[in-house]
Amino acid sequence: MFEKPEELKKLFQEKSSKAAASADIEQLRIEFLGKKGLIAALMQELRNVPNENKKEAGQKINEAKQFIENAIAAKLAEIKEKEIELLINATESYDETMPVSVDYGSYHPITLVQREVENIFLSMGFNVEDYSEITDDYNCFEALNIPKHHPARDMQDTYYLSSNQLLKTHTSAAQNTILRKYKSNLESGNPIRAIFPGRCFRNEKIDACHENTFFQMEGIMVDKDISISNLIYFMKTMLSEVFQRDITVRLRPGFFPFVEPGFELDIQCSICGGKGCASCKDSGWLELCPCGMIHPNVLTAAGIDPEEYTGFAFGLGLTRLAMMKYEVKDIRLFNSGNLKELSQFTDISFTHPAESKEA
Amino acid sequence: MFVSINWIKEYVNLDGLDVKKLINTFTLATAEVEDVYIKGADIENVVVGEIKSVEEHPESKKLHLLKVDAGSKIANIVCGAPNVREGMKIALALAPARVPAGEIIVTKVAGYESEGMCCSGKELGISDDHSGLLELHTDAPNGTDLKSIYPIEDIIFEVDNKSLTNRPDLWGHYGIAREFAALTGRELKPLKLGDLSYDGDYQVPVRIGREDLVYRYTALKMDNITVNESPLDMQIRLYYCGMRAINLLADVTNYIMLEIGQPTHAFNANMIDAIAVDTPKTPCKFTTLDSVERDIDENTLMIYNNDTPVAIAGIMGGLDSEIVEDTGAVVLESACFDGVSVRKSSSRLGHRTDSSARYEKMLDPELTMDAVGRFVEIVKSVDPAAKVASKVNDNYVRHYDKISLTFDKAYVDKYTGIEISDERIVHTLTALGFGVKQEGEVFTVDVPSWRATKDVTIKADIIEEITRIYGYDNFMITTTKSPLKPVHHDYGRVEDEEVKDILVKKYALHEVHSYVWQDGRKFKKLGIDIEDNVRVLNIENSENGNLRNSMLPTLLVMASENKDFADEYGLFEIGRVVDGVKADGTANERKHLGIVLFSKSGDEKKLYFKALEMIDCIVSLIKQKKPSYKKAKSVKPWQHPKNTAVISLDGKEFGRVCTLHPVNKTKFDKTGCVVGIEFDMNTFNSVTADAIEYKESSDMQSIYYDLSLVLGNNIRFADLEECWKKENIAELESVKVIDTFERLGIKSITIRFNFVAMDRTLEMDEVQKYIDAILANLSSIGVALRA
Repeated sequence: MFEKPEELKKLFQEKSSKAAASADIEQLRIEFLGKKGLIAALMQELRNVPNENKKEAGQKINEAKQFIENAIAAKLAEIKEKEIELLINATESYDETMPVSVDYGSYHPITLVQREVENIFLSMGFNVEDYSEITDDYNCFEALNIPKHHPARDMQDTYYLSSNQLLKTHTSAAQNTILRKYKSNLESGNPIRAIFPGRCFRNEKIDACHENTFFQMEGIMVDKDISISNLIYFMKTMLSEVFQRDITVRLRPGFFPFVEPGFELDIQCSICGGKGCASCKDSGWLELCPCGMIHPNVLTAAGIDPEEYTGFAFGLGLTRLAMMKYEVKDIRLFNSGNLKELSQFTDISFTHPAESKEA
Repeated sequence: MFVSINWIKEYVNLDGLDVKKLINTFTLATAEVEDVYIKGADIENVVVGEIKSVEEHPESKKLHLLKVDAGSKIANIVCGAPNVREGMKIALALAPARVPAGEIIVTKVAGYESEGMCCSGKELGISDDHSGLLELHTDAPNGTDLKSIYPIEDIIFEVDNKSLTNRPDLWGHYGIAREFAALTGRELKPLKLGDLSYDGDYQVPVRIGREDLVYRYTALKMDNITVNESPLDMQIRLYYCGMRAINLLADVTNYIMLEIGQPTHAFNANMIDAIAVDTPKTPCKFTTLDSVERDIDENTLMIYNNDTPVAIAGIMGGLDSEIVEDTGAVVLESACFDGVSVRKSSSRLGHRTDSSARYEKMLDPELTMDAVGRFVEIVKSVDPAAKVASKVNDNYVRHYDKISLTFDKAYVDKYTGIEISDERIVHTLTALGFGVKQEGEVFTVDVPSWRATKDVTIKADIIEEITRIYGYDNFMITTTKSPLKPVHHDYGRVEDEEVKDILVKKYALHEVHSYVWQDGRKFKKLGIDIEDNVRVLNIENSENGNLRNSMLPTLLVMASENKDFADEYGLFEIGRVVDGVKADGTANERKHLGIVLFSKSGDEKKLYFKALEMIDCIVSLIKQKKPSYKKAKSVKPWQHPKNTAVISLDGKEFGRVCTLHPVNKTKFDKTGCVVGIEFDMNTFNSVTADAIEYKESSDMQSIYYDLSLVLGNNIRFADLEECWKKENIAELESVKVIDTFERLGIKSITIRFNFVAMDRTLEMDEVQKYIDAILANLSSIGVALRA
């Protein structure tokens, strides 16, 4: 009787050495450790063992059972590991460098530039206003202090319409409407701060530098005590934000009927740092945008007393800004509908070309 | 305009000042300088020479062998100029020397040594004459450096004409000299005017027919003029400032125009009997002195001798009354014509001249007498025998108002935001020619005539004068003090941007911009007819005059032009269209979204449902609502009669989705298919968005129930939907189409209804009751379960 557990152990070792899959081990477990297994059979036999030997025989059987249980657990772990290894080996190793096809949409470059600039103005407390493409002589010229005989009103520059209206030649055409809309702000002690981006039209021959349909963005601020000093400060701050670097500006007298004084604002050329290069025609400066103190007649036309309130206005050429930003050489891209080119403008990330060059 | 620093120096002493720095200051304070040219720097060792002998070159017909007295020596020169003669004084570049054309060294020319070069005006860069040697009329000894006797050295700067549009006073050197005087704090010297006295009573008769187009017309006759050529220093100055020397009288008129900005015209006095300033009764032809015959209409102001036209007022003289070589007597016209009239005539004629460009700027009528005075002064200084041969006939028919402006110091402080002292204000304005009186805090300023024609009219204009001379670079800059106020959003604009984001980021569409007018030629390719609408009257290509009333045709054109871009793509634009005119006759401008989807594969139905998905997505995301569709009753000729649907929201029709009419579709692409979507964004924006409604989900077991239905013809899903919607079943959580198919012409559909209650597990017989009700509704519209 005492030999039997040892024989079982041997038998198990013999059989388990041939087992390769976890199913084989399960088979062994049932054969040896199952309810009707070999260990259980030995336990049955224990009844026939004399009492004085029962204890020792029982111990032997238990020892064999323990041995088999441990061996099974170890064998199982070993097989599991092998099986996982097999699964891993059977898996394909993917090539991450294979090109994938992604269907991107794209924004019009003007949308991208406009959004960026709008966000800057929103952060500075400016309302963003919408205005029509069609307007009339009053809004486009008369309310802006542009006299009847001014060359800007000549047929050759303005698209006149059969409805006795015209296609707006500049975003300034919205000034009167927007000043009126927010006039009540002033009465309650708040400034008028607004920008109005929009499409403008001029009767021009189209070439790489000229378009008859283009985008501008106008901005105005009106309050008590707005001064030239404020204007320069504002333009410098705003443009530094637009170009993401500290901008040096200079103002030159510039004539526009709707501002007095009127200025041409230049920014220091970022390519040469103001020393003079081909980009700035050796002057060190780039003409960027017109601005000025709103002409008293323009305020009066909107029902605002120029003795009490003053303000400034500025115009940004959005199309020009987009050309600078993306280094677009030919303005005709914008209205071309050419998807091979336009589809490249996938999302917003504003870095001025000069800035990225420096980097 | 080109400005000569030498000329400026005649009126302002610039000694000891850095001229380049001054020119930069001028840019910042007055007008933009585009370029600066240093003249004469490339000329070295060019001297007065005298030709002593001329010998023909033995082997060349053109070349001569000269002996030229160069002062220090007699130089041997090989010269090809045709006008050489003994005793002639010429400009000799004595080797080693430098002229703008290059270095001059001793060299062999055609076998003979040449010790320099005799120069033409062009070779010296002081004229464009290259017909022969420049002949010098000088008493200076041979060998004298040319630069010491002629103003060859100069600094010329070019001012951007556009930046002078509002400053008629800056169209002559004297006005620019005044700016330099104000900028440097130095004195402006007065103009030297000639003596106009005349013993007799004769006046050149002048009749002004159109007083509305003339401010002033001043006429004077001079005779006994014998000199025909202007002096070299005047020629050089004219050339440096962009004009060519012609003859003395023409040169003097040009010189005066460049000096004080006043155009004048010298008529051959033999051709002038009595002057009339008038417009023609009927259109006529007139030949100007550039030998061009021009059509003159009834609005063009002309100068007549009796009844014969002799000049287009302010633009150009006539060929017949031109100054010629033997002109010994001249009638000088110095006039101020209406600027608008001159501009209109000049643009009608398509002919802009230095003279018309100045009149357009609204010249100061006071200048006409200065110009007459300068003319007499200059002609007499060149030709002392010349005589004034008439009294001045000065017709000052219209005056500009005298302008006087009053403002106080507080106004200046408020407008500038900085402190500029009283003294500085007075000093600046005085230097610019303004009359200034100060009483306490109050300034009264008289605007000088040369700034009073349109330029300075209100006190804000005075601020500009003070600040530009003060210098914007010198401003302390400060932020505004305005209070904080939340920004109001224009929700229409916000929604536009959201639509763009959805289309670009979710559906990979491409945003484009297109023109606001219909393009006749391009529409034709797609078989789309131009529709009458509000028109652009003056568009270059007249077939494009009608503004678009829909976004889709322009976008269809763009889509059709991109067929090599990809097999499948879509593009869109939010732009403006004009939907006819409103009751008041003005254009009814609307903001529209247009989308065009193209697929080469040709599965139009699939593309159509893709379009519906986009619409649903846009509407649901932005408005938290579902759009509804119905077939359009009337369609555009290019829209498909069966597959054009109107899209509505809250009962407002705001858009359309369509496929193309087979005729247009075939023209677009033989096999591919196209779907268009158009929203009226103004209407879309006007629909209020629902708030997000949060509902807790149920933990209870749900029951689903599938119905397979046979659809008769003309039954649409919307009809089925009614059948359960009108039961208002709270426990009906969702309805899904599981399958649709068509066999032997019979359409069927399988729909899955999902029921769940919040508070209990539903029993099957409860659900069955709902299903029975739905089936009853379905059978009432003729829809039955599939057998």
